[in-house]
Amino acid sequence: MQFNELIHGFPVLTITGLTQGAIYALIALGYTLVYGVLRLINFAHSDVFMIGTFGAIWTWSAFGFDANSARPSVGEALGLIALAIVVAALLCGFFAMLVEVTAYRPLRARNAPPLAFLITAIGASFVLSEGMGAFTNRRQFGVPAMLPTEPIAEVGSWSITPLQLATLSIAILAMVALDWFVQRTRFGRGIRAVAQDANTAALMGVNKNRVILLVFLIGGLMAGVAAVLSDMKAASTRFNVGFLIGLKAFAAAVLGGIGNLRGAALGGILLGLVENYASAVFGTNFRDFVGFLVLILLLMFRPTGLLGESLGRARA
Amino acid sequence: MPETPPEPQDASERDVTSERDAAPDARTTVGVPPEPPTGEFVPLQTPADPTGRRAILEVDNVTLRFGGVVALDQVNFNLYEGEILGLIGPNGAGKTTCFNAMTGVYTPTSGEIRFLGEKLSGRARYKITKLGIARTFQNIRLFPEMTAMENVMVGADAHHKTSVPSALLRLPRYWQEERSGRERSHELLDFVGIRRHDEAARNLSYGEQRRLEIARALATSPKMLCLDEPAAGFNPAEKESLLQLIRDIRGTGVTVLLIEHDMRLVMGVTDRIVVLEFGKKIAEGSPAEIRDNPKVIAAYLGVPADAA
Amino acid sequence: MTDVRTRWRGFRHGVSQRWDRQPKATKIGLILVFIVFLYALPERGFYEYLGLPLGEYIPLYTTRNDMATVLFQCGYYILLAMGLNIVVGYAGLLDLGFFGFFAVGAYTVATLTSPNSKIFTEYNWLESPWPWLVALPLAIALSLLAGVILGWPVLRLRGDYLAIVTLGFAEMIRIVAQQNDWIFNGDRGIARIAHPPGKNSDGSPIFAFDAKPYYWLILTVIIAMVFLIRNLVRSRVGRAWVAIREDEDAAELMGVPTYKFKLWAFAMGAGIGGFSGALWAGQNSFVNASTFRLEQSILVLAAVLLGGAGNIFGAILGGFLVIYVPEWLRSVGDVFGLPEQVRIAGEPYDVSATNLRYLFFGIILIVIMIFRPQGLWANRRRAAELKDREKEAIVGA
Repeated sequence: MQFNELIHGFPVLTITGLTQGAIYALIALGYTLVYGVLRLINFAHSDVFMIGTFGAIWTWSAFGFDANSARPSVGEALGLIALAIVVAALLCGFFAMLVEVTAYRPLRARNAPPLAFLITAIGASFVLSEGMGAFTNRRQFGVPAMLPTEPIAEVGSWSITPLQLATLSIAILAMVALDWFVQRTRFGRGIRAVAQDANTAALMGVNKNRVILLVFLIGGLMAGVAAVLSDMKAASTRFNVGFLIGLKAFAAAVLGGIGNLRGAALGGILLGLVENYASAVFGTNFRDFVGFLVLILLLMFRPTGLLGESLGRARA
Repeated sequence: MPETPPEPQDASERDVTSERDAAPDARTTVGVPPEPPTGEFVPLQTPADPTGRRAILEVDNVTLRFGGVVALDQVNFNLYEGEILGLIGPNGAGKTTCFNAMTGVYTPTSGEIRFLGEKLSGRARYKITKLGIARTFQNIRLFPEMTAMENVMVGADAHHKTSVPSALLRLPRYWQEERSGRERSHELLDFVGIRRHDEAARNLSYGEQRRLEIARALATSPKMLCLDEPAAGFNPAEKESLLQLIRDIRGTGVTVLLIEHDMRLVMGVTDRIVVLEFGKKIAEGSPAEIRDNPKVIAAYLGVPADAA
Repeated sequence: MTDVRTRWRGFRHGVSQRWDRQPKATKIGLILVFIVFLYALPERGFYEYLGLPLGEYIPLYTTRNDMATVLFQCGYYILLAMGLNIVVGYAGLLDLGFFGFFAVGAYTVATLTSPNSKIFTEYNWLESPWPWLVALPLAIALSLLAGVILGWPVLRLRGDYLAIVTLGFAEMIRIVAQQNDWIFNGDRGIARIAHPPGKNSDGSPIFAFDAKPYYWLILTVIIAMVFLIRNLVRSRVGRAWVAIREDEDAAELMGVPTYKFKLWAFAMGAGIGGFSGALWAGQNSFVNASTFRLEQSILVLAAVLLGGAGNIFGAILGGFLVIYVPEWLRSVGDVFGLPEQVRIAGEPYDVSATNLRYLFFGIILIVIMIFRPQGLWANRRRAAELKDREKEAIVGA
């Protein structure tokens, strides 16, 4: 265990952790939204995210930027990033809704037992990832560099690069927008109603299926934003990149309290930080274990998470 | 759980309490609890009722709070061996809560529930069944895919010891327990009056399903059988035969606790009645005493004093 | 269309009625004949005896690998499916990382029997490699133990949480195996794993490169397993599992020690998975981290569900189909000269059946769940129950 690594690298680890955590948070929102409304873990969400990462790459290559090209100017870069976000978000939103309509809705119509939903979810996840795998020949794709890498601000040993700044600001913006949407708009009310009591909401005139579709759309949009940010951070992507990040994002959602939007945001950020600190102390080999360990420990000892209500035990 | 509204009372009839058996009629051996392991008779050190019967379940000053709601408020009564006790009260009185506490599903916030002198709280639910408490459910919870026989055999398995090694290798214990379980299940199904032993539980009639639940509960060799609204949805003829069945069950030595809304059934089959209102016990006594108790009548507001 | 379906159902019903009516001796006789047929499957002589044309006989044959190899591969997937069937089909626990137990079994055999294994070369914990037959029970025991260790904290969780935790678990095992500097040697793997023992009359080892003896070995194991699992299912254990699956809380209130039996289901499934892994390692003689990809767990799940969960023969059917169909499709493609690669806009795409296998079975999973959740070889009662559920669906909700 190397504690000096942690102490020396604390500022860097923290900033990196926050940015990675912001990405986890965005993806976690998708999981927690769907779980809150349908009580279902949407395994396909991580693969929807993966599709978004490809969407961004394709957008950028349409403008002539690939892994080997030079960086665009700052103005161009910001424009390209914005465009990529729009494309990725729409792409993810579309596929998220596609999964709901083709895989989950028919099961609801047949009053299928809960096990069936889980099985279909994992099936959908596989269709998306394997489909993309066949489509891309399972190759790894590099991401063009967009933003300059020198730190843009330095205070003592704390520094932040343009990418990290952009990631944090965009993520915060997206989460605030989501929060506003759910709390203040009519659609958001519908979502909250269906999450609490679907049948009564239906009796009150809320179109359950449309609300569910909306929930998947929003989750997809968030995933699309996360996809662009993740692309820039990781500098590469491939067809199976969704799995591990999805697992961690789900752990983040549970950490914050499943079904709780603010909890998902908090959980994501916390997980990003903890992951980084732990990998400094225990070695980078253990980084991926952290998310999984957090998940198991949470589910065993505090399934309610930090902010949420208890959904962990079998229902009486 | 929402309580079903009380049955509409027929104002023109007076209730007629049916004859009750003077002495237990031990016709069959079904439902007889297994012998204590040592073979010695160890008398219970629990409170005795006026006739000298011992209490098998003591509800000792039990208060149960759910968040801010006080579901049970210092409820105090005993269930004596061999009796049929009715638990009644208007909607929201706390009957189901009390019932669940008595079967170990809820833990009292304060006070104790003791079964055969031992505290119930903190035990695993299947262990409570092995102690000798069995129950049926308000909304039937059979295993739909299994046959009637198999449902009852699951109950009989409660005291069996066959596990993976014995089953895998077909050791003698497996054969013994299967045979005795099978015999017992057939007996119990006949006892409750179900003829189609190999029919899937889903396909049985409503009345048969309710009785199957009772058979399954009896298969666990309980000392105390708790029936949660066993007559819900029955027509008068079915209620009559249920009445007889409950008496027969008591006749085999099982103590019965009953929640029921049908007053005629309650008055007709129980030895004693406990009445709850707003989580408090407001009356306890024989059916005749309860019927004339002004507090009880007031609790069931709007019910004419001389109705069933 | 419905007419065809009713006729098919009527036919199946008629067949099963005729079967039930046969005296026990006839049943046993027929089963024995069938078993002999199974053993004879990979023998060319058998086909010649039956007068079937060899070579490009599409309905049965596979061109890439000889029949015995394909059957052997089906065999270990069938075993896996039988193991997962206990966990998912009987006890109703969704384990998405089942292949991890296969990995435990295979790696145990690998590290104990291969002279390349680091136990002997680097760490010197043991003197010399063990024979395969001795490592086998240890592999099974360790898988059983892994099942208990994973199950113990995790089985109290609700279905969906259980699913994702098991998913993560399998991935963690793979990451551990991937570490190059540890005992498992990452992607470089462990080679020269010992084969099962035995010598022919001429002194040469039985288990060498010919797949036939392996197939017969695994067939024997499968048949034994069928009997063992049937014993379990028709006992208190099997009843408890069904009760747990149907209504866990009611089961517990009827005196079923649910946690204990769930753990047993998990352990048994894990043990069978490990057994399969040990057998496979003995044949393949090489394991490395990329052998144990997540997709395999899903393939086993698809096998169980396609065949019919909760049903031993359904699991066998599913395990068989999942391996055989892609192989067979490849052969059909070969016979008809279909390409394995297509060029779209200048980029080559691999459209071979094995590459698209996971995509195909992912789609199958979704389709099964929607249209035939009871699987192909349905347990009659299950099918009826699922139909009832459908009827209860709230219209318009």
